[in-house]
Amino acid sequence: MRGTGNGPGWELRSRGKKDQGLPLENREKGLWVMKHIAIGILGAATLGLVASAASATTLDTVKAKGFIQCGVSTGLAGFSAPDDKGDWQGIDADFCRAVAAAVFGDGTKVKFTPLSAKERFTALQSGEIDILSRNTTWTINRDTALGLNFIGVTYYDGQGFMINAKKLPGVNSALQLSGAAVCVQSGTTTELNLADYFKANKMEYNPVVFEKLEEVNAAYDAGRCDVYTTDQSGLYGIRLTLGSPADHVVLPEIISKEPLGPAVRQGDDQWYHIVKWTYFALLQAEELGITKANVDEMKNSASPEIKRVLGQEADTKIGTDLGVSNDWVVNIVKAVGNYGEMFERNVGSGSPLKIARGINALWTKGGLQYAPPIR
Amino acid sequence: MQEHDMSWVRTEMVLAQPAPAGVTGFRAWVRKNLIASAGDTILTIVGIALVAMILPQIINWAFINAVWTGPDRTVCATVAQGGVQPDGWTGACWAFVNAKFGQFMVGRYPIEERWRPILVAILFVALLVPMLIPKVPRKGLNAILLFFVLPIVAFILLVGGMFGLPHVETSLWGGLLVTLSLSFVGIAVSLPLGIVLALGRRSKMPIIKTLCVVFIETVRGIPLITVLFFASVMLPLFLPEGVSFDKFLRALIGVSLFAAAYMAEVVRGGLQAIPKGQYEGADSLGLGYWQKMYFIVMPQALKLVIPGIVNTFIGMFKDTSLVIIISMFDLLGIVKQNFSDPNWATAQTARSGLIFAAFVFWLFCFGMSRYSMYTERRLDTGHKR
Repeated sequence: MRGTGNGPGWELRSRGKKDQGLPLENREKGLWVMKHIAIGILGAATLGLVASAASATTLDTVKAKGFIQCGVSTGLAGFSAPDDKGDWQGIDADFCRAVAAAVFGDGTKVKFTPLSAKERFTALQSGEIDILSRNTTWTINRDTALGLNFIGVTYYDGQGFMINAKKLPGVNSALQLSGAAVCVQSGTTTELNLADYFKANKMEYNPVVFEKLEEVNAAYDAGRCDVYTTDQSGLYGIRLTLGSPADHVVLPEIISKEPLGPAVRQGDDQWYHIVKWTYFALLQAEELGITKANVDEMKNSASPEIKRVLGQEADTKIGTDLGVSNDWVVNIVKAVGNYGEMFERNVGSGSPLKIARGINALWTKGGLQYAPPIR
Repeated sequence: MQEHDMSWVRTEMVLAQPAPAGVTGFRAWVRKNLIASAGDTILTIVGIALVAMILPQIINWAFINAVWTGPDRTVCATVAQGGVQPDGWTGACWAFVNAKFGQFMVGRYPIEERWRPILVAILFVALLVPMLIPKVPRKGLNAILLFFVLPIVAFILLVGGMFGLPHVETSLWGGLLVTLSLSFVGIAVSLPLGIVLALGRRSKMPIIKTLCVVFIETVRGIPLITVLFFASVMLPLFLPEGVSFDKFLRALIGVSLFAAAYMAEVVRGGLQAIPKGQYEGADSLGLGYWQKMYFIVMPQALKLVIPGIVNTFIGMFKDTSLVIIISMFDLLGIVKQNFSDPNWATAQTARSGLIFAAFVFWLFCFGMSRYSMYTERRLDTGHKR
């Protein structure tokens, strides 16, 4: 790109020099040429800049520095939170480990950058991080105006309700909540969704509004309201901090869509594909029953599909076409397990949160998680 | 008869008698301080009742019922909460603080490298303590070691990347390490810089004066949080790709310049309290400007504003918590961050963690405050009003 931009520029300039001292008609032509030289040089310079910025792909820079810089939250139970040793644990953190396993064959080659909600997009745009894996809701605005590419939905979240079953006995649906006092954080989309939902269902409610999440928690625990509303994944975390968690029930209704997923920068399709197919590989592994424990046995499986996914077919080019090694799926599963294992370990039955799979189950089990075929 | 001739003048002094029982001892103290009037008596009774109501519960919660060690949340949760404690139990979860103690001190500093911040802390204490005790000699050498050699040694040890020490990025730092290094650098930079700015502001040279006034008023006019936020969110967009400033360095510069502007105004207050005669006296002795300031004006001015200076230090120490806005985790930040660990999520976790953080902050601030009072008394050479 840079070469073709420069070529005509030089040609024009040499022609312009020749034009000096010619009759008026020709001199005007010379001015015209000069003007275009300037534009040409400017254009070439711009192209050059763009070319140099785009020449180093994210995969190249990641390989050169030897690790993936992964943007996570500043602490959200089950998604990205520090454990006793200070290592990041959670679905979002594990997803970055999976990408590292695909790229390097080693899930530990990740460095985490905790980011506040305000900082997260700047950090990705400025190249400070390579992947934003920070419980971020996929919206059209973020996909277009903010210059991000979401790679998929690693967790289908949505706004839900938790009730104190002792105060509201017999309630098992949000539609029975008419007249209830609802604790909610002010100035959030949560508050707006709540108003919409009650209005649409012609129900009355009594909002108890607080500025800070801690205040909402304290008020709910003290019994100042009957219902607590926020993202459903958050409700499970909050329930653990209540005085008597057993008295509190998370209702099944989800009243808003909060598809959470990792995002990468626009303009680097190769990196986008690596991250996207890492996610699909996690799903595909679960669908085929490949787990952290049995991945090595599975390499010798009779099933052609499993062999193909694990890169055991002769002359396979699936991995190398993607820009990684052919045993990338083996590496991913060895590092973090399949999607189901990742889910259960961090937010599901293997964690204190005990969130049910629900719509995050595979499509074969009535959920929404679906991966295109790896072939 | 001879008895009648006895002199009525005593030949020896009467021995000192103990004060009457009514004005000394415990009973008098009680009478004077607790039950001097009907109003006092009522207040005393109410006060004792309040303490009697609250104190046992606090002691119960913080010590008797508290859990000191344990592997995860179950030790701090009741059976109904999914733990092992009997229902109705409430007590501090010091086990959480215990498990996370390393993180609270040095953040996510790699565990195998944690001896480095510990060594820096030992060096720091070893140099600071003799600096603070007036009797210990060689203050000059001590100051050079503390303010010039220690920062270099600490930088090499903490950052690494040379002498065979692995590099540890500042993004992994956290906890008390961040709080203390921010405030130590802030204090060490802001006091001299503040003095220079204060002198500059009172200077008769227009350019220097304007520069100092503009700097002080600009910095005082912007909230610290704005500066930190700007440095962290806007700056990376203006810099070319690949060029990045260390976040911690940005915070260090921001906090130091900030404290310097406030310090300048405190010192200026002290300068204004020095009578004109002192300046004139110094001039009449033939002292130059810097001699005058160093020998005559500053010793008096700084002594007057010790409370103000320490106030600024304490304020800055606590303001370091604002670095949470640029996702640096000081002591409070890292404590709050660990609330999100689902393995420790219980009803007691947040309370225990915050009380621990408050206690550490209080320890440092109270220490600074007491030391400043001691210094004031020591330097009090007849100006007490």
